[in-house]
Order: sequence, then C-alpha cells, then structure tokens
Amino acid sequence: MILAEVVPLSAKLAVLMADFVGASPIWIFHAIGSLIVAVGVLALVVTPVGLGGVYLERKLAGRMQNRSGPNRVGPYGLLQTLADGVKLLAKEDIAQEGADLPLFRMAPYIVFLAAFAGFVVLPFAPGVIAADLDVGIFYFLALIGLETIGIVMAGWSSNNKWSLLGSMREVAQVVSYELPLGISAMVPVIAAGTMSVYGITEAQSGHIFNWFLLKDGYWAIVMIPSFLVFYVSSLAAAKRAPFDLPEAESELVAGFHTEYSGMRFGMFFLPEYAVMLSLSGITTALFLGGWHDPFGMSGEGGTFHNVWWWGLIWFFLKATILFLSQILLRWTLPRLRVDQVMYLCYKVLLPISMVCLVVAAAMRLI
Amino acid sequence: METIQGVKLNEGERAAPVLPRDIQSDELVFNMGPQHPSTHGVLRLMLRTDGEVVLEAQPLIGNLHRCCEKILENLTYVQGLPYVDRMDYLGAINMEMGLVLPVEKAAGVEVPKRAQYLRVVMCELNRVISHLFAAGQFGLDMGAFTPFLYMFREREEGINVLNEITGGRLLYHYIRYGGVTRDVPKGWIERCLKWCDRVDEHMDEYNSLLTYNHIFLNRTCGVAVLDKETCLDYGVTGPILRAAGVPRDLRKDMPYSCYEDFDFDVPVGPFEKGVAGDSWNRHRQRLREAEESIKIIRQALKNLPEGETQHPKVTRAWKAPAGEAYVASEAPRGEISAYFVSDGGKFPYRMRMRGPSFYNIAVLETCSRGLLIGDLIALMGSVDITLGEVDR
Repeated sequence: MILAEVVPLSAKLAVLMADFVGASPIWIFHAIGSLIVAVGVLALVVTPVGLGGVYLERKLAGRMQNRSGPNRVGPYGLLQTLADGVKLLAKEDIAQEGADLPLFRMAPYIVFLAAFAGFVVLPFAPGVIAADLDVGIFYFLALIGLETIGIVMAGWSSNNKWSLLGSMREVAQVVSYELPLGISAMVPVIAAGTMSVYGITEAQSGHIFNWFLLKDGYWAIVMIPSFLVFYVSSLAAAKRAPFDLPEAESELVAGFHTEYSGMRFGMFFLPEYAVMLSLSGITTALFLGGWHDPFGMSGEGGTFHNVWWWGLIWFFLKATILFLSQILLRWTLPRLRVDQVMYLCYKVLLPISMVCLVVAAAMRLI
Repeated sequence: METIQGVKLNEGERAAPVLPRDIQSDELVFNMGPQHPSTHGVLRLMLRTDGEVVLEAQPLIGNLHRCCEKILENLTYVQGLPYVDRMDYLGAINMEMGLVLPVEKAAGVEVPKRAQYLRVVMCELNRVISHLFAAGQFGLDMGAFTPFLYMFREREEGINVLNEITGGRLLYHYIRYGGVTRDVPKGWIERCLKWCDRVDEHMDEYNSLLTYNHIFLNRTCGVAVLDKETCLDYGVTGPILRAAGVPRDLRKDMPYSCYEDFDFDVPVGPFEKGVAGDSWNRHRQRLREAEESIKIIRQALKNLPEGETQHPKVTRAWKAPAGEAYVASEAPRGEISAYFVSDGGKFPYRMRMRGPSFYNIAVLETCSRGLLIGDLIALMGSVDITLGEVDR
C-alpha cells in the first residue's frame, strides 16, 4: 500500500525519542508518540479551530442579519470567544435541587470527550493523523452515538421536564439519522476497500476525478446521492438547524442543557462546534478527497506529493467550506418538527442510501 | 388548594380532569411560562402532555394586571390617555384610537379633518410595524432567526419615522381627545413615503425567505386550524378571523376616522397554500394586511387636508359632558373598543375596554388539544397575543 511510504508523525516522534533515550522497548515510544500527536491535534488544531468556529459563526450570522457581530474584544472582536470562555469559567456552577448529581456532573464530560475524540481518526495531511485505526469510520460513528448518551444523561438527571423532553427528542433523532449516516458512509468504504479513514483518503489520490464524489465519472451516480444523504444526516448529528430539535429554543427553552450553567454549559457549547468540524472533516475525507488538491499536485508524481502543509491547506479549505455551509443553513432555515425529522430520515434518506449501497456494491463487483 | 398531580394551583385556578392512577404515569405536566421564550410575554400555560402530544393547555393569565380601566376612572381625561398605550404596547396608537373614539362620540366632538387623516396614517404605520413584528416573531418561533431580524430592520426604520413626529419609539401618546398632539414636521411626508416603498420592496424578501420556505410551509400549513365557527364562537377578531375566511374589518364595515375615504382591500383567507384558518394563513394574512395598510398611508398622505390638528374647545382641562357611547375600531390584533360613561365630572365615570388579545387567547385551550409541542408554538406564534392587553 501507499500507506507504507508515509511514516506517521507519531512513529517519527517515537524513533526520535528512542534515539535520544537509547535502548528501550520501542512500543512505549510509539504509545507516547501517539499521545503527543493526539494532544497536539487537540491543542493546536481543534481547540483554536473550535474557538475560531464560534467566532466565524457569530460574525457570519451578524453579517447575514444586518448586524456587525462581535467587534469589541480584541481586533475585529477576535477574542470575544475567549472572553466568553473566561466569563463561563467565572460563573457559578449551579445544580438544581433534585438533580441526579453524579450523572448531572458527568454528562458534559462525556459529550466533550465524544466530540473531541472523533478527531483522532481524521487524516489532516499525509502522515498527520493521531491514530490510523483499521475501523476508523466505525469508530467515528460510534463516538457520534456516544455523545448522545451524554445528552440523554444530561436531560434525565436535570430534574427538568424541558430537559427530559429535549433528550427524548435527541434519542428519537439519533435512531433516525444514524442509519442513513452509517449506510451512506459505507459507499466510499466499498469504493476504497478499507474502513480506515487514512486508507480511504489515500485511495482518492490525484486530481478531482479521483475524488470519490466524482470518481471516474460514472461513480458519481452513487456518490453524489450518498454525499447529500451523508451531509443532511451530519447536520442532524451536529444538532444544527434545521435539526436543532433537542435544544429548540423557542419550544424547549434550551432543551437538554436548560439547567446547566457556567463551564458545564460551555462543555456542551464547544463540542457542538467540534462535532460540526469533525463531521465536515470526515465528509471531506470520505467524499471530497481529503487532503488532495483538485489539480493532482499532491497525488503520486505530483509537485507536492506527501508534503504535509500542502495537504493541511486543502483539507481545512474543504472542511471550512462545509463548516460555513452548515452555518449558512442554520441561519436561513426554520426548524423541522419531530415527526418530520423521522419521516425525512426513514422514508427519504434511508431508501436513497440503501439503493446507493447496493448499486455501489454491484459496481465494485463488476 | 387544588393540585394537578402534585403541582399546586393558585386560588381560583381550575384543576385538570384527573385520570385514573394507572395511566397517570404516562403524562407530564408542564408549566410553560411565564419565563418561556415563546410565550410572548408573561403568559403561563399549564400543559398536560403525553410525551410530545398536548392533551390540554390552559392559559393562566393575570401576571401583568395593572388595573388599566380603574386607573382611567381615577384620572382626568388628558392624564388617562398614556395609560392605554401600555395595553397593547406593540400597537399603541391603535389603543389610543380605541379609547378616544367612544369619548368623542359621547361628547359629540367633531375632530378636524387633518387630525383624522393623521390618526389614520399613524394607526396604519403602527399596524404595519406591529404586523412585521408579529410575522418575524412567528418565524423566530419556528426556528428561523434571520427573517425576524430582516423584518426588524424595517420595523426599526418605521419606529424612527413615528419617533420623528411623536417623540416616542414604542409608547407614543400621540392621539388626544379632539385631535392629535403634533402636526407633521418638515419633510416628514417624503421620509414616510420612502419608508413605505422600502417595506413594499422587502415584502418579496420576507415571502421568499420565510413565507414560502418549504420547511416553514410544512410546519405551518394545516397546523392548528381555527375554523370560522370556533372563531365566531369565541369572539376572535382581527387577522385570525379574516384568515379563517370571515371578511370582517371594522375599517370597511363601520368606518371611523375617515376610513371611508380610502380605497383598500380586506384580504381574506385562505391564501395560496394550506386551509382557511391554519397557522400559515394567519401569517400570510398579516403580511397581506401590511401591504394594504401601506396603500392607505400613501393615499392619506397624498390627500392630507390643510387645517387644524386639534379641536379648539377640547383643551387640557376638558371634561366630557354626561353621556355614554361604545365604539369599536380595528387594532392590529383585532377589535379594540371601549364602553364609556360620563357623568359630566372631572373623571370618566366608567371605562370598560374590550381588548382583542384577551378573546383571542381564550381559543388556545380548545384548539391546542392533540397538537405536538412544536405545533402548539406555531399556534401561539400565529395567534399573536400581547399580554399587556390580555391582562390590562
């Protein structure tokens, strides 16, 4: 496989450390290297991008709505999100009477963890991946499901009926969108022949017609519908309008996080953007060629073959476009109703993704 | 003291019919409001639901009661006027109209023509502003944030136009017994007409962004239908009644303040989509009415007669002679009227106001049965009540 040519960043670190310390079981350094990359990805990529995402959303929403958005803290209001974070930290942490305290306190951490752990399998650039799991897609989808558990815990333990209703809606939404999400993700898996996200990206090496969305032209007949189904389902997975039912402000006050204050609320707020970004990232990796540019410069024999920063630019460019589209949709569309979400997922998205899966499997055989 | 499944009720509140104990566990009792984001003020709804399905919704009102009518009976005529602004604070000038008309009729005061035209202009301006707010608020309730702010932009400019002439942004205190407080300032007519053009221009934008949005149509068409019979039974008036297909508009049926001079249509539901009296038609009705109001403003400003703006005999110390009268007029949310009795004294002897929202809100209880919570929000948003006027 092409994978062997690129030494993962964690492995490079492991070799460096082993050289520095001298003889020692190399797997320890591999483990430490993976950890450093994972923490590095979290600290250097995800958190700033998450904070930037919040800023971007507020600024963009402001521009869409004849407002200026944040413009007071720092140049162009860039530090507004940080200031809000500090404010949240300084706020009192309130748990209301009758709340199931252990669950109430644990819930935000589970949501936070699940949202950020998804980045582990995202290939940002050649070699820049925290852990190249063989079942990367499977792991990612499982984490999206895990986040739901945190939300249900929050809704249940809050001792508030609006929260409970919000978490009930979340469950109803999860069982609806997870099927089309998972099944449409299987189409690129079939095309690539691997479940590793890194492997799937590698399989799209080259110019734009090697990307799975338009693979060899004729694959587009299954890839474009799957891409659309995956995109719509990922909107539901990120709990963004028009699928923001679990926290529907005008209906359920604030849904599952009604009773949360201070940083515990922040722990629900930031993951929302993290999930948006990780879903944009996985969509990029599955359908839009991951780190590959449309001109074939990062493919085999290209000018920038295996140059990590070139890949990073293209990956984030594509992911940001998807991220922005999610923001634009949120500020344009009204909210669906509970039964309409289920109708859409079960009766529209699921059949489309099923047909795509079968056709893709047949195309693979032929 | 009565309780609903452990929820204590205030004195005088009615408890819901209690179901057998073995099915009670399936039901939730919600206290929706007074701090809920879409109760449009301090409305409190006691919801009994089966999961998301509303079994019963009782509006519990009175949180904003300020004894408006009693206050009016204990103040001189001129002093009392600003108080009615606080009833329907989104249609303040129409509230003043509702108070002033019966008093003038009882006293036999002939208001100068120019003042009558100015009253019409201001009432219609206020109606457009109020309808824009209501339509935007309904979009907000449906989860669409941006259309709300687009409508707010035009509303804001309309408020500035009103501000220039009245000096107020929300509560104007513009109409006086026997006339209006101020004549139009220089250049105001042009600015007002410019604003009218702007709203006309942007009406398409609102419609394409919100009214004909596919998701919005799915959420509102055929949802929470208030049919003709229910509306008439409950005394529902205004856009809700007209959206249900009853062509009743007091400006046309019983013209007051020179409304007979103007050429305008009374839009009546059902419109292009949905069925008569559903949430979508109520929303569309408001936007259509705003268009008609703009037509009236244009005509009134074009034909604005010269002359006085205040009846010379009606001064600050004016007292209405003994007599009584009842006149109804058309406010943005329905018919506002007052029954006024004077004994010739310093204060009005009796003042009884009939506010539209109070009657419109009564229909919630009947209409909300079997709706989903999301649809209940659609019902409340499209019925569009102002709690200041419900509670008075």
